[in-house]
Amino acid sequence: MTFKTVLLGATAAMGLATGAMAQDDKTKVGFIYVGPVGDLGWTYQHDQGRLAVEEEYGDKVETVYVESVPEGPDAERVLTQMALQGADLIFTTSFGFMEATMNVAQKFPDVKFEHATGYQRADNVSTYSARFYEGRAVQGLIAGEMTESNIIGYIGSYPIPEVIRGINAAYIQAKKVNPEVEFRVVWAYTWFDPAKEAEAAKALIDAGADVILQHTDSTAPQAAAQEAGDVITFGQASDMLDYAPKPRVSSIIDNWNQYYIDRVGAVIDGTWESKDTWDGIDAGMVEIGEITDAVPAEVKEAALALKDAIASGEVHPFTGPLKKQDGSDWLAEGEVADDATLAGMNFYVEGLTGDIPQ
Amino acid sequence: MIRLDRRPEPSRAWTIATPFVAVALTMVAGGLMFALLGKDPVEAIRTIFWDPLFGDFASYSRPQLLVKAGPLILIAIGLSLGFRAGIWNIGAEGQYILGAICAAATGLAIYPAETWIVFPAMIVAGALGGLLWAMIPALLKVRFGTNEVLVSLMLVYVAEALLASMSLGLLRNPEGMGFPGSRNLAQYPSAANLDLIPGTGLHWGVALAFAAVIVGQVVMTRHQLGFRVRLAGQSPRAAVFGGVNPGWLVVVCMGISGGLAGLAGMFEVAGPAGRLSIDFNVGYGFTAIIVAFLGRLNPIGILLAGLLMALTYIGGELAQLQMNLPLAAIQMFQGMLLFFLLAIDVLTNFSFRFGRRAVA
Repeated sequence: MTFKTVLLGATAAMGLATGAMAQDDKTKVGFIYVGPVGDLGWTYQHDQGRLAVEEEYGDKVETVYVESVPEGPDAERVLTQMALQGADLIFTTSFGFMEATMNVAQKFPDVKFEHATGYQRADNVSTYSARFYEGRAVQGLIAGEMTESNIIGYIGSYPIPEVIRGINAAYIQAKKVNPEVEFRVVWAYTWFDPAKEAEAAKALIDAGADVILQHTDSTAPQAAAQEAGDVITFGQASDMLDYAPKPRVSSIIDNWNQYYIDRVGAVIDGTWESKDTWDGIDAGMVEIGEITDAVPAEVKEAALALKDAIASGEVHPFTGPLKKQDGSDWLAEGEVADDATLAGMNFYVEGLTGDIPQ
Repeated sequence: MIRLDRRPEPSRAWTIATPFVAVALTMVAGGLMFALLGKDPVEAIRTIFWDPLFGDFASYSRPQLLVKAGPLILIAIGLSLGFRAGIWNIGAEGQYILGAICAAATGLAIYPAETWIVFPAMIVAGALGGLLWAMIPALLKVRFGTNEVLVSLMLVYVAEALLASMSLGLLRNPEGMGFPGSRNLAQYPSAANLDLIPGTGLHWGVALAFAAVIVGQVVMTRHQLGFRVRLAGQSPRAAVFGGVNPGWLVVVCMGISGGLAGLAGMFEVAGPAGRLSIDFNVGYGFTAIIVAFLGRLNPIGILLAGLLMALTYIGGELAQLQMNLPLAAIQMFQGMLLFFLLAIDVLTNFSFRFGRRAVA
């Protein structure tokens, strides 16, 4: 008798009844997350979106999720299992799930997929993302005004266009209000790893940074800043209000709720079509969390004015004249960056130091 | 009063019984935990252990078990050899990464030429990559007496940094829109490590893992190397008198485990993963340590332990999917398995005595 047969015998003895699958007419919506739902950042916000869907449609929908799925073959397996179990719509909420999403979507043409922050689409695969850089610009303004050491630390996750775009957007605004400002970027190569993020934050603080921006999802940098004392931070992806009013002085909040409700609604109505969505502050997908009293009133006012101007379309965070880091021309006076360039952004703007890892 | 007496010899009965008792206790304690979380414990345990094998969609998940277990078994077989001799290679994760990098680099260097030589060349490169990475702690130990646990573990982080650099630089897909990660080797026919029989999950790496189990069993029981390994593990001094060169043994054991870990990386990057990316490694090298011990450092045991571990992964996903169990609970469940194994293991080497020890 082998190990396995004993094991199976044991489980068999414990009860054989096969679970009744939910085979009714509920719309089943799956979510696959790259981090834990309790990260209080990126994944947490997506899960809030899932809960909003449940709230909106009640008994008409059933949602399922799997958290902390590694990008690669594991993601493909989880997506396949979801599709097999009758999911009608699946949100794949990390860039790294792109290949797995495309592969599984091909095998299940009747299942709809929504891939966050990617660029590959198919008849049953939509993509969606938020213009986080709009929020970054507001952050950059506050950071540039608040820094006394003129050194702003930036914890990058991966050197991909989305992250580089954020660094550029923040730098452009910071430089505008404070020409002396300098950015130090540390690449953490993770979206969520409290230990690594804390280490990166400490290294930046040791290097003299008194403002930390982060493109990673945990609150570890906030904790490191609190410990260090006179350092300010911004909530990333979620509000991170636990660290308000200081070090956290504001935040960029991803709000996926309305988008998820709309897309699930489209599947219920049968009007779902593959499309590419890239919304910002005006659509409510990017929110600026409350700016605390640690920020002087006039800075707060300027930040809110910038936010409103971006929302109304009056100001675009990437408006010329702008040069690339190597000194070559990018945007002429008054020219605005087009979405294609922004989507594939792989260069720093002039003034940023250091290299993008490659 | 309860006391523990060391057995004159490890108990054979307990050696075999330990994993079964550990699994049973894990089910009880895990079931209790699931119940405390407000989930039906019987359903949870059935979802984890039964559904991947015989559930509604088992025809999909059964092959996936092999895909998940293959690298674990391959790495664990190599590690068990050293562990038995008291040589602790904790850095299989790094050797796995290096195997993948070397194999991918070899394949991509030949890309897009289609020739039969690509796949064998990648196998050699993968094995060599892992082997050479393992030689660093091995030679440092032999030459300078450094601790192989520390050196091999630290080299994992070096390997991860190297992996990031390769994914962003040298091996980055030139057609990848500026995103990190290499070309997809699974879509390059000469390099692809596909299922030998489509739909079974049985790719070359899984086949090699099974072969490694058989060879491992023969080596441990019939070959002189196995004898030396066991002797060195039981009594290093006796081994030296018996003509075993400790330095030689370190190099051989580290080399074999590194080479097998490298091969596991190679088959993964050419098959299921397809591409090298910053997050390519997902902890197989570390999980394999658990598998090696769960399998009592015995090749057949490792085969079963690898499959069991894969089962808890895939069943764990199903439990999340079907029952909304949090991942942390699944990880606790896996942790319990190792905990109970180690706890029950005491009985292999010790026996309980009640009352005072009799004065001899």
